Amino acid sequence: MLSLLATTFSILAQAVTDNTEGLKAIGAGLGYGLAAIGPGIGIGVVVAAAIDAMTRQPESAGTARTTMFLGIAFTEALALIGFVVFILLLP
Amino acid sequence: MSEASVGAGEGSQAPEREVATDLFRRGLIISPILLALCLIFWGVNGLACGSIGLGLVLINFLMGAWIIDWAVKISPQFLMVAVLGGFILRMGMLAIVVLPIRNSNWFEIMPFGILLIFSHLGLLIWETRYVSATLAYPGLKPGKPDIRRHGDTN
Repeated sequence: MLSLLATTFSILAQAVTDNTEGLKAIGAGLGYGLAAIGPGIGIGVVVAAAIDAMTRQPESAGTARTTMFLGIAFTEALALIGFVVFILLLP
Repeated sequence: MSEASVGAGEGSQAPEREVATDLFRRGLIISPILLALCLIFWGVNGLACGSIGLGLVLINFLMGAWIIDWAVKISPQFLMVAVLGGFILRMGMLAIVVLPIRNSNWFEIMPFGILLIFSHLGLLIWETRYVSATLAYPGLKPGKPDIRRHGDTN
């Protein structure tokens, strides 16, 4: 009886260990996905504002495009941080 | 100081390409120092991983500029699709490059991550210093201060 219980507990412990690895992978994926949402929204806002500026004042399109490019690059830094955390968390 | 960044936004045909080229050049200038630090702290493996991180950042800048330049020529409406599509494409590029090598015994996450994040932000801040001054005052070129005395005409 005791040996049966010990075997059952050892199997359960093994299952818990396996779950931990799986949960780590799920957490990493979810983390990167959530980290990419913010930059996605941010880039959308930046490009929408730049298109608005370019259509209202086509003569200042160069300035709008320069600012847009830098804004996109700054926003992307968040996604890069999320990517590095994703790589760190992956089992 | 770079002439390209000073000219960006002022009648240039492809200002973001000029900015990206300028970022690439600045990245190449600073790369020996960063890679030497990686070599000192993490050894040859760190040097390799740091090179991958820095290379990905520089290629990311160039790809972003190329996509915007290509999309603007088609139509401003297409820009939104191209930029968001380009964002996914570039993040995918990062994953495709890093995921196969992340379990290699020579791969060091610290130099890779540090160079990926800090070179991206550092180069942008460095570039913004010139571009912001140019946008506010188109005739202004950041450089050595003018130390002429009052009354000097030449």
